[in-house]
Amino acid sequence: MRKYVPKDNVQGKAYYTDRFHVTPSVPKENVASDEIFAKQLAAVEAKMEVLSAHIQLGQMVIEVKAEDNYKAIETLKNECDYAMLSEMSAVDYLAKDGNFEVFYQLLNLKERKRMRLVCRVEQGQAVETVVPLYKSANFAEREMFDMFGIVANNHPFMKRILMPDDWEGYPLLKTYPLHGDEFASWYEVDKIFGKDAREAIGPEIRDQAEIERYDTKRFSRVGHEVPFGADISEGEPETPIEYSKTLLVDYTKGTKQLDKRK
Amino acid sequence: MQQPNKLSPFFENLNFERDDNTMVINFGPQHPSAHGQLRLMLELDGEQVVKAYPDIGYLHRGIEKMAENMTYNEFLPTTDRLDYIASTSNNYAYALAVEKLLGIEAPRRAQVIRTMLLELNRIISHLFFIATHALDVGAMSVFLYAFREREFAMDLMEDYCGARLTHSAVRIGGVPLDLPSDFMRNMRAFCDKIDYELEHTYNALLQENRIWKMRLEDVGVLTPEDALSWGCTGPMLRGSGIPYDIRKEEPYELYPELDFDIPVADTNDSYGRYRLYMAEMAECTKIIRQLILKYDGTEPQLMAHAPQYISAPKEEIMTQNYALMQHFVLVTQGMRPPKGEVYVPTESPKGELGFYIKSEGEPYAYRLKCRAPSFFHTGLLQEILVGTYIADVVTIIGSTNIVFGEVDR
Repeated sequence: MRKYVPKDNVQGKAYYTDRFHVTPSVPKENVASDEIFAKQLAAVEAKMEVLSAHIQLGQMVIEVKAEDNYKAIETLKNECDYAMLSEMSAVDYLAKDGNFEVFYQLLNLKERKRMRLVCRVEQGQAVETVVPLYKSANFAEREMFDMFGIVANNHPFMKRILMPDDWEGYPLLKTYPLHGDEFASWYEVDKIFGKDAREAIGPEIRDQAEIERYDTKRFSRVGHEVPFGADISEGEPETPIEYSKTLLVDYTKGTKQLDKRK
Repeated sequence: MQQPNKLSPFFENLNFERDDNTMVINFGPQHPSAHGQLRLMLELDGEQVVKAYPDIGYLHRGIEKMAENMTYNEFLPTTDRLDYIASTSNNYAYALAVEKLLGIEAPRRAQVIRTMLLELNRIISHLFFIATHALDVGAMSVFLYAFREREFAMDLMEDYCGARLTHSAVRIGGVPLDLPSDFMRNMRAFCDKIDYELEHTYNALLQENRIWKMRLEDVGVLTPEDALSWGCTGPMLRGSGIPYDIRKEEPYELYPELDFDIPVADTNDSYGRYRLYMAEMAECTKIIRQLILKYDGTEPQLMAHAPQYISAPKEEIMTQNYALMQHFVLVTQGMRPPKGEVYVPTESPKGELGFYIKSEGEPYAYRLKCRAPSFFHTGLLQEILVGTYIADVVTIIGSTNIVFGEVDR
């Protein structure tokens, strides 16, 4: 029987699991342990509900509800001096929790503090854009949409950024295979030559290591002299041409000497 | 109507019969001054840009996707392909992020070597900037001189790791090799050379050059507010008068021990940024000179000792059974870092290069996000280009110093 492969996460997985291995976690500290972070957290808590907050590896992580993302970032920018949005993107937890985690990585230049605001977004749910607060979100939110399909409402130009405009599927989803899906393998054929040419050309081979067995155009045959482009699907033809199977090299001599042909 | 799905030329850039008498042109994707595959759609009123729309993605290779399908050590050479002008800085940013996650620190000698390579890469990148920027603006000879020095720097990299462009010279937990025997002598000679050339070639050719100043001064003006809002970092941010350098403000590696200055330009224009790059190169040689002295007397250990995550040195692998077993497990399965998430910023030559890694305790990263400075600098183009003349577009793109390996990833 073929081994069951889960379809909701087709990314690389460890083939070996040690059942006695206990995965440690990076310690999370209490926000109260840092004065500046505690003050900033209080400012956010005064405005909205904070689902969780901790400090991990020197950076505060605050989780709020997805509806509150704009308000929370506005508070952090105006009251806590987070002047720069370094990065924002999402993490796909559809297989595990059935939602996405959207994170906003913020930088406070005055106090040299970095923090992350995270919120969980259901599939199909949109977040409010933060472009009015940080223009750097313009490209970042487009990238998030391109890679995960999470729409940012009221974004000035919500369009794919890295992938072509007419692409189907969202590449960074865990369900999306590394080498692309069915659509990806036909994309260039359809686009350049039209759908009619599918049969003549065939799908794009996206596996770089793929070797076609009967390909006599790109691969030579060991032991057989096969004409370029010959059809050998019925078996290699007997050719009268003598072909040396082994080349014996005497490495003890200074220069390479090939043995006489057999 | 032309058929856009046939291999026939499709003249979408010719759009003369508009009501408002503006013209839309495509700048790129193949354009010598676009520094890669940048397609910039410009709406022009005469020679003035009314609207600019950068279209990227022509070099998209899905590096973040690849990171989810590779073990941590496997992914390291892929980071070379981000900012391929200074690949060690990418290797380092990634290695540092994983090290933070693992909670390990590289040994002293590795830190000295890493910092030295980072600064050498900064010089390589900045020389490339000066060369291409001057070439874009029209000064051919600067390009030739700068590439001559850049060859020396790449020779040094080659002496160290054997590669000139895709170095992979940093490993998670340290560095793979010690410095070759005459490296320090060559490095010192290179620093002298750079200091001399900075003074006598680049500055002499450009700094007071009338044409260079006319082309650069008051071109590409970026206010500090805009720089912050657009997420500009590195020389773009410091060129707008905000003295924020991650090496100084959130120090990593050996930077807290080193004595160096952060040049800042407050003119907000391309000329200020050019001056900044030149000043930074002088700081780089200053740092490297200090590091040469710090190298002597360090322990010969090059990789951190963390048998759970990092293979033992080769001698131990070849002589000790346990080290060999660990090595076998780490190579075949990959290291399993603890659960957690980390975002580590570093100051790459282009700006803040950060890696966000989400680990679920598996040998494969659950999510890896590369925060590339050039990505945000490209986003800035849609605002900074508006109102400028088409001749200045090339200057402004050159002065943002974008590299498409890391814009598209």
